[in-house]
Amino acid sequence: MWHTGLRINIVCLFVLLTAIIPGRLSAEYADVILNKYADAAGMNPVLFPHWFHRIRFKCRVCHTELGFEMRAGANKVTMDKITEGEFCGACHDGETAWSTENCDLCHSAKNGIKSGIYGGHETGGPGRW
Amino acid sequence: MKTNFLTQNNPIMLVVLLLLAISVGVQAGEWLSLEKDELHDPDSTAVKVLQQPASALGILPPDTAGNQVDWVRALREGYINPRSHLHDNVELEVLDTDILLKGTGDQPFVLFPHKAHTEWLDCSNCHEELFKSKAGATDIDMMSILQGEFCGRCHGAVSFPLTECDRCHSVPQVSSPLQGR
Repeated sequence: MWHTGLRINIVCLFVLLTAIIPGRLSAEYADVILNKYADAAGMNPVLFPHWFHRIRFKCRVCHTELGFEMRAGANKVTMDKITEGEFCGACHDGETAWSTENCDLCHSAKNGIKSGIYGGHETGGPGRW
Repeated sequence: MKTNFLTQNNPIMLVVLLLLAISVGVQAGEWLSLEKDELHDPDSTAVKVLQQPASALGILPPDTAGNQVDWVRALREGYINPRSHLHDNVELEVLDTDILLKGTGDQPFVLFPHKAHTEWLDCSNCHEELFKSKAGATDIDMMSILQGEFCGRCHGAVSFPLTECDRCHSVPQVSSPLQGR
C-alpha cells in the first residue's frame, strides 16, 4: 500500500498534467474529433460539438438509441451507414437537421487531428498519453 | 479529511493547486469562437455558418469548469428542454437514489446521486458494463477514473471534470477506525 500522501500527489499530478497539456486548452469542452476514415478519404475530419447537441438531446438519445458507445472512437461511423440513417444520419437527414449534402458543416476540422475527445479538462490518463 | 488534504504542508501539493488555479483561471468565462478553437479549419464554411458557443452557453446557468455551464441546473430549471427520445417513444425513468461510496481512502466519501444522472442517461449507459447494478460490487479506483474508466468515462470528458474533487467527495468521514479502506 502506498503512503497516502504520495498517492494523493500522484493523483494530483495526473489531474494537473491533463489540465495543462498544450493544445487542449482551446477546444470547447467535450468536442469530439472523428477521423478514423476522413483524412484517408481526402476529407477534413468531423468535429462533433457535444455542447450543441446536449442542449437539444439528452445523452441517452445518441448513446442508447443511435448506438454511439460511451467512448470516443469505439464506433465505426462510415458515410454509408450515415446515409442509410444510422448514427448521425438518424437526424442529419434534411428534416430534423441538415442533410449529409452539407459535407463541410460536419467535416470542418483541420486535417491531421487525431480522433478523440478534446477540451480544456480532458483527462486522458497515463494509459492514453 | 478534506481539511488535511488541502492544508497539509506539502510543497508538491501547493504547486499543483497553484497551477490548477492558474489553468482553470485561463479557461474560465471565455468561449472561443469556432475559428479560434484550434480544431476547426478556419477556412471551412462551418465557422461562418454554425452556432458559436458563446451565443448558446453564455445564457445558461454558469459554472466554473468544463463548458462553464451548470448542465444539471440548466435542465432542471428549464433553460433547456432536450429531447429524451428519437424513436423509442420513452421518457427517462428518473431514479432518486443516492449511493454512498466509502472506499475512498482518507478522502471524503463519494455521494453518487442517481437523480442527476438519470435525468440525462439511460440505466444501460452505465449498467452493467461500466458499473454493476449491485452497490459495492464494482471495484472503482481513482487511477482508473483518471484513465477514463468508470466515472471518468464522462467526468473529465463531457461532464464536470476531475479537477472538481469536492463535488463527488462531498461527505466528510467521521473519525472511526472502522471506516475508509
